[in-house]
Amino acid sequence: MDPILLLDSVDKAFGGLRVTSDVSFSVFPGDISAIIGPNGAGKTTLFNQITGHLLPDKGRIVFEGEDVTGRTTQEIAARGMGRAFQVTSIFQEETVLDNVRVACLSKLNQARKSFRPVRHFKEATDKAYSILESLGLEKHSDRPAFELAHGDQKLLDIGVALGLEPKLLLLDEPTSGMSPDERQLTRELIRRLWKEFKLTLIFIEHDMDTVFGIAQVVRVLHLGRLLAEGTPDEIRSNPEVVTAYLGEDIK
Amino acid sequence: MRSIKGYKEAAFWTVLFLAFALVPLFKSSGYELMLAGHILVWGLFAVSFNMLWGGTGMLSFGQALYYGLGAYSVGLMFKYWGQAWFLPSILIGILAAVVLSVLVGLLIIRVSGVFFTVMTLAFGQLAWQITFRWYGFTGGDDGIQGVIPPGILGKPAVYYYFTLVLVAASIFCLRRISESPMGLILRCVRQNPDRVRFLGQSVKRNQLSVYMISSAFAALAGGLMAGVDNSIHPNMLYWTTSGEVILMSVLGGIGQFFGPFIGAAVLVVIEDAVGARTEFWPLIVGIIMMVMVLLLPRGLVGEIQQLRARLRSSAQRMGG
Repeated sequence: MDPILLLDSVDKAFGGLRVTSDVSFSVFPGDISAIIGPNGAGKTTLFNQITGHLLPDKGRIVFEGEDVTGRTTQEIAARGMGRAFQVTSIFQEETVLDNVRVACLSKLNQARKSFRPVRHFKEATDKAYSILESLGLEKHSDRPAFELAHGDQKLLDIGVALGLEPKLLLLDEPTSGMSPDERQLTRELIRRLWKEFKLTLIFIEHDMDTVFGIAQVVRVLHLGRLLAEGTPDEIRSNPEVVTAYLGEDIK
Repeated sequence: MRSIKGYKEAAFWTVLFLAFALVPLFKSSGYELMLAGHILVWGLFAVSFNMLWGGTGMLSFGQALYYGLGAYSVGLMFKYWGQAWFLPSILIGILAAVVLSVLVGLLIIRVSGVFFTVMTLAFGQLAWQITFRWYGFTGGDDGIQGVIPPGILGKPAVYYYFTLVLVAASIFCLRRISESPMGLILRCVRQNPDRVRFLGQSVKRNQLSVYMISSAFAALAGGLMAGVDNSIHPNMLYWTTSGEVILMSVLGGIGQFFGPFIGAAVLVVIEDAVGARTEFWPLIVGIIMMVMVLLLPRGLVGEIQQLRARLRSSAQRMGG
């Protein structure tokens, strides 16, 4: 099987600081994988390069067999790469429904229609509702997004990404800022969405229960380098990872 | 919920339209008609301007450029080619605004925020300077007088209805755009341009589109005004004209589609009432504006909606 995403010796430096250092890996369709590492390991920077927000200094990023290095965010998103953000990035004043609907309209190539009211776009509206139902947000659909609780805003952010029917979805710390109970629910939700929407998922996460609970493959970044890659069990027993990041207590 | 809101809005516009349609029946004197005509034209100009600012977050301080272009298109063709060109010249003014706004837009949409605002001001003032100095062609400071629409349109009441229909149709179009997917994307551009890119949509292309749409309707407003006043003058291109629509929008509320129309009506009436009484009217109007903006920061329509939302929620609390 061909990888859906391939990173080939990706390098990035900010001034003298190498934030991504010779990172290579392949992600296969249907995978659910995690990227972990201490703060400042370069996880979000790596996401920014994959999604075209930042240009790598060296190396290639290949999405679905095509070299997308140097393409704009907009082009890469249109090819089917979705992203949810660490700091919630939604359209605060729009309704919960419209937040998802705008993504659905974009996917259906109807985002530039300029004379029919949004509510008359039935296909996009139905799709947006069904996504909100999957997320458990349908009861809030008419409220402006800023009224939602923090955890629900994070879910809505994922909902916006799902509206694009991404082939590959990147989630940046989906459970950050949540209570343990919310985390548990979000964990189950992510696993369910992964199955329901047949996604390929890569997520950055600090919460180890989430990482080891749902990822099939775990990659560890340390000082911009890919320190290790393997199944959760392999990672847990990797001595380098334990000293660099996980600490003794994980065992 | 949404459809009830839709009906209420349709009812609001219908009542407003009928009220304006009744004006010539009761007040046949030229003066009231002209005042009502001013409200309509300024209302269209302000609503089209606010598509840019309140809608998309692009504060243009130079929409007078397109308003003036529409007016001078009518005035110049009238002066050089004759009365028959009155109607075609309105259309030509709109087309000219479309072309010019795309050219100017391609240059200035590269920058955002205050830089964009300053660029729009610069282009607006450039157009004003050219018009003001080129006396032989434009009439300079004198403007062009005696711009009487041809045939039956020459009757003020008929021209008033002509204006009313065009303004109503234009506002209807702008409302449809603001409710459409494109309108939604434009609001998203204002709130979170980065995320719009992650939706696979171009921020710049959408900004250019709305700049063009807004400018085209500003030109229509300018063209119509030439017939309401039967004259044009270079002040229509001056920065104070751009400032006027900003003030109207703030006054009515930039967060609402129809806020600027209400703001335009209020400002036109205040300016007229104060202007009739004292030559120091700009000072008085300025003070009134300051007080209103301080007391009603969301604008008239914004404050009314806020008040209604508060009443509704307190009624719910009482009921529950």
